[in-house]
Amino acid sequence: MEDIAEKGLQVVVALAIFAAIIGVIMLIVDRAPKSAREKVQIAGFLTPALILLAVGLVYPALQTTYLSFTNAAGEFIGLDNFVWMFTQPEALITLRNTVIWVVLVPLLASSIGLAYAVFIDKARGEKALKALVFMPMAISFVGAGVIWRFVYAYKGAEADQIGLVNQILVWFGQTPKQFLLDAPENTFFLIAVMIWIQTGFAMVVLSAAIKGIPTEIIEAARLDGASAWQQFRNVTIPTIRGSLIVVVTTITIGTLKVFDIVRTMTAGQYETSVVANEMYTQAFRAGEPGRGAALALVLFLMVLPVVVYNARLLRQQKEIR
Amino acid sequence: MSAIPAENTNKVFPELQDIETAERPPIQRRVRQRLTSRGATAAAVIIAVIWTIPTFGLFVSSFRPEDNIKGNGWWNVFTDWQFTLANYEDVLAPGGSQSPNLGSYFVNSLAIVIPGTIFTLVIGAMAAYMFAWGRFRGKDGLFIFVFALQIVPLQMALIPLLQLFTQVLKIGDLQLFPSGTYAQLWVAHTIFGLPLAIFLLHNFIAEIPGEVIEAARVDGAGHSTIFWRIIIPLATPALASFGIFQFLWLWNDLLVALVFSGGGADVAPITQRLAELQGSRGGEWQRLTAGAFVSILIPLAVFFGLQRYFVRGLLAGGLKG
Repeated sequence: MEDIAEKGLQVVVALAIFAAIIGVIMLIVDRAPKSAREKVQIAGFLTPALILLAVGLVYPALQTTYLSFTNAAGEFIGLDNFVWMFTQPEALITLRNTVIWVVLVPLLASSIGLAYAVFIDKARGEKALKALVFMPMAISFVGAGVIWRFVYAYKGAEADQIGLVNQILVWFGQTPKQFLLDAPENTFFLIAVMIWIQTGFAMVVLSAAIKGIPTEIIEAARLDGASAWQQFRNVTIPTIRGSLIVVVTTITIGTLKVFDIVRTMTAGQYETSVVANEMYTQAFRAGEPGRGAALALVLFLMVLPVVVYNARLLRQQKEIR
Repeated sequence: MSAIPAENTNKVFPELQDIETAERPPIQRRVRQRLTSRGATAAAVIIAVIWTIPTFGLFVSSFRPEDNIKGNGWWNVFTDWQFTLANYEDVLAPGGSQSPNLGSYFVNSLAIVIPGTIFTLVIGAMAAYMFAWGRFRGKDGLFIFVFALQIVPLQMALIPLLQLFTQVLKIGDLQLFPSGTYAQLWVAHTIFGLPLAIFLLHNFIAEIPGEVIEAARVDGAGHSTIFWRIIIPLATPALASFGIFQFLWLWNDLLVALVFSGGGADVAPITQRLAELQGSRGGEWQRLTAGAFVSILIPLAVFFGLQRYFVRGLLAGGLKG
């Protein structure tokens, strides 16, 4: 109880200080001399956000870029960190895994989400069916890590299995397997967790898009005798193309940055590391901030084209309207 | 990270919220459709089951006695009916460093997340208001720049931001944002949330009719009056949507916590503790199952209670991560 009171006090004090700062800003803004009032007001409203962004994102991004060309002692070493990344076997495995993640997760999560959205469209109990698949979205990656480590749990062949997947293997007369330890297939079992989480996102957005298709188009296709598959192929897909691209790119970006799942399930051991996790390991565990920064920079360069593509597409759609 | 095409969102929301009112095909067509889509329904049910079973298994296990959890699979509860609350008592009770002590970490999570969300909302809304309704040179360019900051991955900002906190932002030996307190986490979370907050809130605030604001201006109201009396009340739906999103995101965060919290029971959030328990006591399933459920309790409550806002936020804002 004491603990809670003390922590609650910290929160209250922080909120009070914050309110005081905002209050002072508002006071200055209102009391400014008439001649300069507009300028003072604009500055007062924008300054907090701009200072935070400059200090917390712009400067760090530039600093990280610089760090990526230095070694653990802070000396400038040119491209050595990048050479390390693209030549050392462990680092190469990290890059390979990231590529596998980024290909499989968006593809499978979007496809399953789309299929599910189509299957349950206008079905009875649609809301409940949606909630079931959507629920993992609310669960933290750490929580999902526990859930799935339990699904993959391993016991020797002579003991009772406690993990569901191994039990199923046993029921089919197979020997139980160390899903998270055996490289290289363990990466795929980690990827399954991310797909499990992201499918709900794809399903909700795509389901909304499907419901936005004008009924006349669907009616017309039906009258022309289009089969369910033809309708899906020639009507649904082209109409929801915009949403589909948003879903795929959003999941792609999320997948590139995936960290928690790998961190909590294998900590990147047994050849399962990905760039975002390796970045943390190098910078905060191995004492190699230069390498960590280089990995972060590579991550940025991988995310960049996806975002630019997405932004351009959105602008095009706005222009069409 | 990315927005859904605007033409979809408008049409889509009403139908998403009350599917009952969605248009239905005439009766005979409905019958035919149902017959042909039996395979689709079966597929949907299979997906729903696969997506639900892992969480369900963990949930059931968290109520089983320790020996049962470790001894055989959770599906045995159907024949061996034994339940207990001991696991929850064990993980929640305060104790030495050996005990999970999740009660404390749960409080930490709340203490991190509530101010972190409020700070982001207020500072973000202030900037968003100026970007939408202020008149100054270079506004559009600055706004695009803030929007573009979303592509900087968190990972790029971590190392320099930590250095700033520990080495630069201090008066004498006194750190402005001391290590091992919530302060660093609040600031870091606020910074990382701002680009998306400003972008989304701007889009909403810009839609507020100009006459309302003009009328207030003619009456002699300054920006601070307009902001607090008009903008904030009118923007409540957008603030709620983004607020929930930010809340869940902060609650589920692991990476920022690992870097800035220091890791003790005084500051670290529940996700971090759960990740630690997985690493050090990977086989203590009675603790992990109950602990995981304690940690996903709040997100699930928010999810089921406020699903409508959650979905809306998701459709408007895409994902962050």
